[in-house]
Amino acid sequence: MWNNLIERGRKMPFTDDFDIVVVGAGHAGCEAALAAARLGMKTALFTISLDCVANMPCNPSIGGTAKGHLVREIDALGGEMGKAADATFLQSRMLNLGRGPAVHSLRVQSDRVKYHAYMKRAVEHQENLYLKQGEVTAVTFENGCVSGVVTKLDTSYSARAVIIATGTYLNGIVHVGEVSYASGPDNVLPATKLSDSLVEQGITIRRFKTGTPARVHKRSIDFDKLEKQDGDEKITPFSFTHNEGEKLENKVCCYVGYTNEETHRVILENIERSPIYSGRIHAIGPRYCPSIEDKIMRFRDRERHQLFIEPMGLDTDEYYLQGMSSSLPEEVQLEFLHTIKGLEHVEIMRNAYAIEYDCCDPTELLPTLEFKKIGGLFGAGQFNGTSGYEEAAAQGLIAGINAALKLQGRQQLVLDRATSYIGTLIDDLTTKGCSDPYRMLTSRSEYRLLLRQDNADMRLTQVGYDVGLVPRGTFEKFLEKKRLVEGEVERVKKVNIAPSQGLTEYLESVGSEGIATGAKLSQLLKRPHVTYDGIIKFDDSRPELPDAVREQVELQIKYEGYIAIQQEQVEAMRRLEAKKLPQGMDYSLVTGLRLEAIEKLNKIRPLSVGQAGRISGVNPADVNVLLVWLEQHRHAKED
Amino acid sequence: MNEINDTVCAVSTPPAAGGISVIRISGEKAIDIAAKIFQPFGGEKVADMKGHTCVYGKVVYGGERLDDALLTVFREPKSYTGENVAEISCHGGVYLTKRVLRACIESGAKPAAAGEFTKRAFLNGKMSLTQAESVMELISASGESALRSANGVKEGRLFRQINEACQKLLSLLADLAAWNDYPDEDIPAVEQGSMETALNEVSSALEGILLTYDSGRIFRNGCDTAIVGKPNVGKSTLMNMLLGYRRSIVTDIAGTTRDVIEESAEVGGVLLRLSDTAGIHTAGDEVESVGVDLAQGKLENCELALAVFDSSQPLDGDDRQIIDSLRGKNCIIVLNKTDLGVSVDKSEFAEFPLVVEVSAKNESGMEALENAVVNALGLREFDPQNALFANERQKACAAQALKYTQAAGEALTCGETLDAVTILIDKAADCLMELTGEKVTDAVVEQVFSRFCVGK
Repeated sequence: MWNNLIERGRKMPFTDDFDIVVVGAGHAGCEAALAAARLGMKTALFTISLDCVANMPCNPSIGGTAKGHLVREIDALGGEMGKAADATFLQSRMLNLGRGPAVHSLRVQSDRVKYHAYMKRAVEHQENLYLKQGEVTAVTFENGCVSGVVTKLDTSYSARAVIIATGTYLNGIVHVGEVSYASGPDNVLPATKLSDSLVEQGITIRRFKTGTPARVHKRSIDFDKLEKQDGDEKITPFSFTHNEGEKLENKVCCYVGYTNEETHRVILENIERSPIYSGRIHAIGPRYCPSIEDKIMRFRDRERHQLFIEPMGLDTDEYYLQGMSSSLPEEVQLEFLHTIKGLEHVEIMRNAYAIEYDCCDPTELLPTLEFKKIGGLFGAGQFNGTSGYEEAAAQGLIAGINAALKLQGRQQLVLDRATSYIGTLIDDLTTKGCSDPYRMLTSRSEYRLLLRQDNADMRLTQVGYDVGLVPRGTFEKFLEKKRLVEGEVERVKKVNIAPSQGLTEYLESVGSEGIATGAKLSQLLKRPHVTYDGIIKFDDSRPELPDAVREQVELQIKYEGYIAIQQEQVEAMRRLEAKKLPQGMDYSLVTGLRLEAIEKLNKIRPLSVGQAGRISGVNPADVNVLLVWLEQHRHAKED
Repeated sequence: MNEINDTVCAVSTPPAAGGISVIRISGEKAIDIAAKIFQPFGGEKVADMKGHTCVYGKVVYGGERLDDALLTVFREPKSYTGENVAEISCHGGVYLTKRVLRACIESGAKPAAAGEFTKRAFLNGKMSLTQAESVMELISASGESALRSANGVKEGRLFRQINEACQKLLSLLADLAAWNDYPDEDIPAVEQGSMETALNEVSSALEGILLTYDSGRIFRNGCDTAIVGKPNVGKSTLMNMLLGYRRSIVTDIAGTTRDVIEESAEVGGVLLRLSDTAGIHTAGDEVESVGVDLAQGKLENCELALAVFDSSQPLDGDDRQIIDSLRGKNCIIVLNKTDLGVSVDKSEFAEFPLVVEVSAKNESGMEALENAVVNALGLREFDPQNALFANERQKACAAQALKYTQAAGEALTCGETLDAVTILIDKAADCLMELTGEKVTDAVVEQVFSRFCVGK
């Protein structure tokens, strides 16, 4: 069957020729296509339904811990997600305030329909980008490289690179209780053919599972019985390019409720009707995002579980029940929801469901997100084994950039773990792989204090500009900010503050000791609870500076010692990262490597000794052997 | 793993109780480190020494004169490794050598991994290409041996203690991670008080480890050894044989008192502190039962038991009772009186890995007994230096971890934000996890998912 397609694909004239074809217009696909087109590539973006571009089939929300960091990094590199989130949010909160800047995380509640419309328009308006409705049923190949795609209507398009960003559509099967049927998310058609064409090329396809809670009608919720959750008074935008003059406002409230013993009883009594517990789903679900029945089964001693009741948009009465993902039959869903205070009479509009889908094994990808086996084929998003819109968008952006850079003969972009959460995410995926859907967490980064959400621009704007995604104007504004920060840090380190009654009072008011002789401003600022804005009265020579600059100065000074510790770790990591390993080598020919190491190295094919060392099963002695081998290899080449 | 720009040190001569030992330090700071612990008698400055020169002086550390020794300095690139190298040739002896080595480590050198000098020599272009293969084999072999040594160490008390401290840190990190990564979930806040308590507990545990644990202890203080057995199996003859053996070397060991020497013997390079066997000699009436009782009493407190049986007789009930009480003990079965012929059924000792045959009367079988002692004390499978290295490495890791744990505690107390404090706890756990080669981030994420109920 698939051979037929190739044959026909070859014989039939291509309906159109593209540089890059992106399969899937979700959060990964949109970023990938926008990046590729912005880098001058003639790009096609295929979606099964034009009405599902950048859909949020689960939580209508962008950001959250570590995810918020990803969005800001995407923005700094010249991606779209941050701007879309700023333009369409309903409520914004900076999470973790008071726990230190490394874990501050921005999260917004989004208007699902408006977000979709914003992103669809961004894609439509993009030069070089062609948005098309159609199911891609096969990727065609020539000499181990991609040559194009074929759609369900047997139309062929040529492409020099193809990015697979199929989300949960690929052989999607929805499960609700004893019922299951082939479907993509939100009852959209699934993509049923594409997997076969990938398997034919030797790509490993696995089954993962995720789920979503019910959506309920606003009129059936008793909000008086729920806790109210307000947004922040002062709203921080995601995008560094956000115009300060444009006012950001919360438009809605969210609510918090709790399950109780009765809820748990209903679920436990019906547990056999869950396709997971009855054994009908074999795919692997995410650990971090368990269904309510999972939570109750795994944590039996918990008396209650929290849930959030969140609006889906301004033009709808649908509410999302965060925390209540389930695959129990619809009537059981209704029964257990009715046990919850505030939801006694709740009316389900869309039921909760679990969805199984095909995804690849990301260790078959290079850190550029291109398949090792097939030139020009890239993977991004949930197809690579992740979960979450932000993780998807981050990979989409990198896949889009790299597909374009490859076709332009330029060096591809690999961000190391110390530059970004994006780099950490991709390194984790391609080096360690994932056995369940991967979610970004701040605890996954060993360089947390460097990778803050507030300094994503400082870390990545230059990279985005060099790639060609960050426009000149944005870059110049960034350079100006950087100049102001550096100048002010320098001044703060030099300037002396004289002792005074007022200063002593201030210092004591924050639990610090007064000073008897003059002190460097930077020394005072390093004291806990002393703030840059708090000490302004005693700092006569301070220039007027924008908020974002003041924030950077304060953090750079305050955390200088900790940043130095992290910087040392980064340098050690980078020394090994700089030792590049040749591609396509056979590690069984390296004397002294252990068998397990040979097997893993031949599978993962790390780009550097540093990456090799992060593979589980490669121990420090193996790393030493590789270092010696590299040196030997270098000598041999010179001779 | 050591970084290529670390300065490393190791004993580069085979370990032996006598002769000269050479401690080699290699790396950028090699000569600076030597200068910290070596004082030439002629008043020369170590830092000013030219390459390929040598001075006589004393090794002083912590105000204590450890030994008189020769210091040879090589300056890069003219040295074995191609780096700055300082070699201290001291008077040998396992214990003394170790103290000099530790002085180097505490002055800033890291313990070298086996094969590391050779690896550096290669990386610095001091070896031909044809030698490279053998270097890789060496590293690989040493990796295996380090692994074996690490596995051996994992069963040790020190490792268990370090691991406990590490688990406590990881658990704290997981609490913090879950709390930070899931701020909207019902996760208990990590209170400053409980964090301080946890950090203090880890600090004192590590301090305890560093204070009391000394891998040279067995060499310096000896190992409590009981000789047990029913009467007339030749315990006292065995005792005499052991005491007569290498007695002169025993007296060379610093810090041992005259009393101890009289009751101690060096066997297999290890000082055995032999129990007073007078009680057994003068048991008098009810000989049979008293002998067994005493044997059991001794057994409870010793680190090593030498259980003596008369090989010329079949085992009787008393012998079997002794065998019963030996189960789970670190012991060596000594079949004495082999000069009278062997009629004991050796299969009765099948469950004990260490069985040696001796004739204390003829002083034969001593070598086998020596090997058995080394094996029984866990110094087997690799050379003693490797075992020492494994312990030194653990100590170095524990010391680093203590530094960061204390820093974390201080940072917390003076009100630093938790993300900064967490960085220090991460570093502390990182130092301890270096021993098992695991990654802190992976371990923490694993714990978050298994211990907390988090999700959408």
